[in-house]
Amino acid sequence: MRFILENNRLIPEPLAKVQGKEAMPISCFEHLPSFPVHPHFSFSTELLSFLEGKQLLLDELPFPIELIHAHYEQGYVMYKKGITKTTKGYRCERCGNEEAHLFASFFCSRCQQPCPYCRKCITMGRVSACTPLIVSCIPVRGQMYDDALHWHGTLSSGQQSAAEAVVQAIEHNDQLLVWAVCGAGKTEVLFPGIHRALQLGKRVCIATPRTDVVLELAPRFKQVFPHLPVIALYGGSEDRGKTAPLVISTTHQLLRFYKAFDVMIIDEVDAFPYSVEPMLQYAAEKARKEPSSVIYLTATPNRQWQQDVKEGKRKAVTIPARYHGFPLPVPTFEWCGNWRKAVKKQSLPRNVLAWIHDRLVGGKQAFLFVPHIELLEKIVAILKKLNSNIEGVHAEDPARKEKVAAFRKGELPLLVTTTILERGVTVPNIDVAVLGAEDRIFTEGALVQIAGRVGRSAQYPSGDVRFFHYGKTKEMMAAKQHIEKMNKEAAKRGLLKTK
Amino acid sequence: MTHSCLICHAPYHPIVTWQHVLTLKNLDILCEKCRRSFLFISGEMCESCGRPFQHLDSSYRQGPVCTDCIRWQEDDDWKDVLTKNRSVYLYNDFMKEVVSLWKFRGDYAIVKAFEEDFSREFFRHFDDTFLIAPIPLSTERLYERGFNQAKALAELLNLPIHDILTRHHHEKQSKKSRRERLQTENVFQLAEPISLANQRIVLIDDIYTTGTTLRHAAKVLLEADAASVSSFTLARG
Ligand SMILES: [Zn+2]
Ligand SMILES: [Zn+2]
Ligand SMILES: [Zn+2]
Ligand SMILES: [Zn+2]
Repeated sequence: MRFILENNRLIPEPLAKVQGKEAMPISCFEHLPSFPVHPHFSFSTELLSFLEGKQLLLDELPFPIELIHAHYEQGYVMYKKGITKTTKGYRCERCGNEEAHLFASFFCSRCQQPCPYCRKCITMGRVSACTPLIVSCIPVRGQMYDDALHWHGTLSSGQQSAAEAVVQAIEHNDQLLVWAVCGAGKTEVLFPGIHRALQLGKRVCIATPRTDVVLELAPRFKQVFPHLPVIALYGGSEDRGKTAPLVISTTHQLLRFYKAFDVMIIDEVDAFPYSVEPMLQYAAEKARKEPSSVIYLTATPNRQWQQDVKEGKRKAVTIPARYHGFPLPVPTFEWCGNWRKAVKKQSLPRNVLAWIHDRLVGGKQAFLFVPHIELLEKIVAILKKLNSNIEGVHAEDPARKEKVAAFRKGELPLLVTTTILERGVTVPNIDVAVLGAEDRIFTEGALVQIAGRVGRSAQYPSGDVRFFHYGKTKEMMAAKQHIEKMNKEAAKRGLLKTK
Repeated sequence: MTHSCLICHAPYHPIVTWQHVLTLKNLDILCEKCRRSFLFISGEMCESCGRPFQHLDSSYRQGPVCTDCIRWQEDDDWKDVLTKNRSVYLYNDFMKEVVSLWKFRGDYAIVKAFEEDFSREFFRHFDDTFLIAPIPLSTERLYERGFNQAKALAELLNLPIHDILTRHHHEKQSKKSRRERLQTENVFQLAEPISLANQRIVLIDDIYTTGTTLRHAAKVLLEADAASVSSFTLARG
C-alpha cells in the first residue's frame, strides 16, 4: 500500500479524497507524523486488544483499513516503516536484518515500483519497502495475580541462590545471566521470580530459538501455574494472535511483539547458528517494555560473555552443581589418528572400535557424535556390521523422533548423531563419545553440552565422556576447563554431595 | 569462498568444474543438497500433458497418453483446446515447499533458482517463434501477492512477454467439483480485442495440476483465432 502526505497526516492511498497527490511507499517518507491520544474517541476494543503489545502487518489485522486509519488519526495507532534505508543498505524493522544478501527486490504490484524486501523473516509474511508496521500507542497493562504458583518441590541450594537473584532482577528491572550447568534444573529456578512478577502485575515472556523447547516448557508452566492464562507460540500454534500474562515463544513468533513484556527470559541464548542469534536478540529487545528486566539462561555462555562475567561487566549467577549434587563428568581426550581416512576405507580407528565394543559387550547405551551427515551415514553403515540395531539420526531425519524414542526404550545400543542431540535429549544411564572432536563444528559450547548428556540422573550420576580426535583444539581444552572450573566452584561452595 | 544457499541459507562451497572456467558459466546459487532435490521430469511421459509415466499405475495410461488427457479429448467442448503441455520439475514435497516459500510467502528472489533449467527446457520443446503469454492473476490476487509468479517465470526466458489475458476474481476453485469447475464461466478474457490469427501461443504457469486453468485460458485465445495454444509450467502435479 502507498500513502499520501496531506496536512502533515499520512493517508492510505485507497482512502485519499484528493486525487493527484503523489502516493509513495511508506519507507520513502522522511518523517512519519503521529498524534496525541484523543481521549473522547470511541475506540474499538477488539482492534486495540488484538494489537496490544504487537507490531503487525496490515495483512495480519482482520479489520478494515478505515477503522485502523481512524485509530491512527485519533492517536491510538502508529504507522511505522517496515524497511528503512541505512548508510550500507537496508534494515528490516521487524527482524533487525541488515545483511545485504538477505534483501532482494521485485517490481511490486502494491506500490508500482521496484520494492526491496527482507528475506530473513519472510516466513512471517513479507516486509517490504511499502509495508507499514502497525503498532498500538496504548501501553500494555498487566493484571496482578496473587498466588498463581502451585508448586511444592524444593530447590537445591545452588538453585535457591540463583532463584533469589532472579527475583531481585525482576523487582528492579535488571539484567541477569543465569549460568547453570546441564542438569542444574534451571526451569525451577524461574518459578519464584515469575511468581513475584505476576504479583506485581508484570507480563512475562520466555523466549527460545527452538520449537521443541517451547513444547517442553509450556505444559510444565501450565502445571505449576494452573489458573494462569499461559500461551505457547510457535509456527502453527493454536495460540497465535493471543496474549497472556505468561507467554512462551519461539524467536520467530516473538518478532510480532512490540513493547509487550516487563520480564524477558531468554533460554539457551547460545543455542543456534550465529545467523539466528542476532535476530533473537533483536526480537527480544523490541518485545521488552521500558523499563523491564531480562534474564538469560544458559549452560554455555559464549567466550565474550564469560569474559564479561569475569570482569564484572555482566551481572551473573552460576549454578555450578547439578540438582543431584554429583560433579559433572570430565571428558578424556584420546588421539585416534586420521579417522576420516579410515572411514573412507569402511573402517574406524582401532581405539574407537574398542570403545564401542566395550559398550556393546557391557550393555551400556551410548551416543556417538560425529561432525556431519555425510560421515554419519558412512559410519552407521560400518557400525551396523557390529550390531544391526545401531542407528544414526540427524536434524532432517524424518524418523528422528522414532529413533530417539527407541533409544530411550533401550532398543538401540548405540545412536550415532550429529550435534542435534547435544541439547535436550536426556537418557538416564549412558556414555558419550565424540569422533573427530577437532572438527570446527565442535565448539566449546557444543562439547560442554555433549558432555552434559552424561550422568543426568541421581541413580546413575557418572559415566564416560570420550573425545576422540586427530589433533587437540583450543575448543576442546576450553570445554574441559569449563567443566573442571564448574566442579571446583561447586565444591568450594559446598554444593556437592560428600561421600 | 563460502556462499549461502538461496533456498536453505546454509553456507556451502559451490563446485567449480572445468566447464565453469571455460565457458564462464555462473556458479550455482544453490547448495548441492537443494539442487539435487529438484527432480526433472524425464523418461516416458504423456505425449499430451507431459505427465511422467514412471511411478504411474498402468491403468492411468492408454498408449502414449494418460487417461486424464483422454477424458479431455472425449469432451467436445475441450477437445484439442491445449495442444500440449510440458513441465520442468516433478511437483515433489521439496518442490511444494519451495513453491510455497516463493509464491505464498512471497520470496520473489527464489525464481533465480529456476532460471537455467526453465530456460533450457523451454527451448527443448518450443522456440522463439511462439508467443509467450503468462497466466495472469486477478487484480485482487495480484495485490495480495505483490507479484505474478507466472510472469516472473516468463521473464526468465528473455523473450517478449504478451499480457494478452486478464482474469476475474473468483472464489477458490478447489472447493468445487470437476464438473462445476468446467461449467463455471471462464475467468479469463482478452485484455484487448485483438486477433491472434496465425499465432502459436505458449502459456506460462507455475504448476500444471488438472490442466483446467490452462484450458480455460487457451479457449479464450482460440476464440481469438490463435493457431494453437500449448503450455509450459515449472512443475507437473
Ligand atoms: Zn526481516
Ligand atoms: Zn511495494
Ligand atoms: Zn540449500
Ligand atoms: Zn496427459
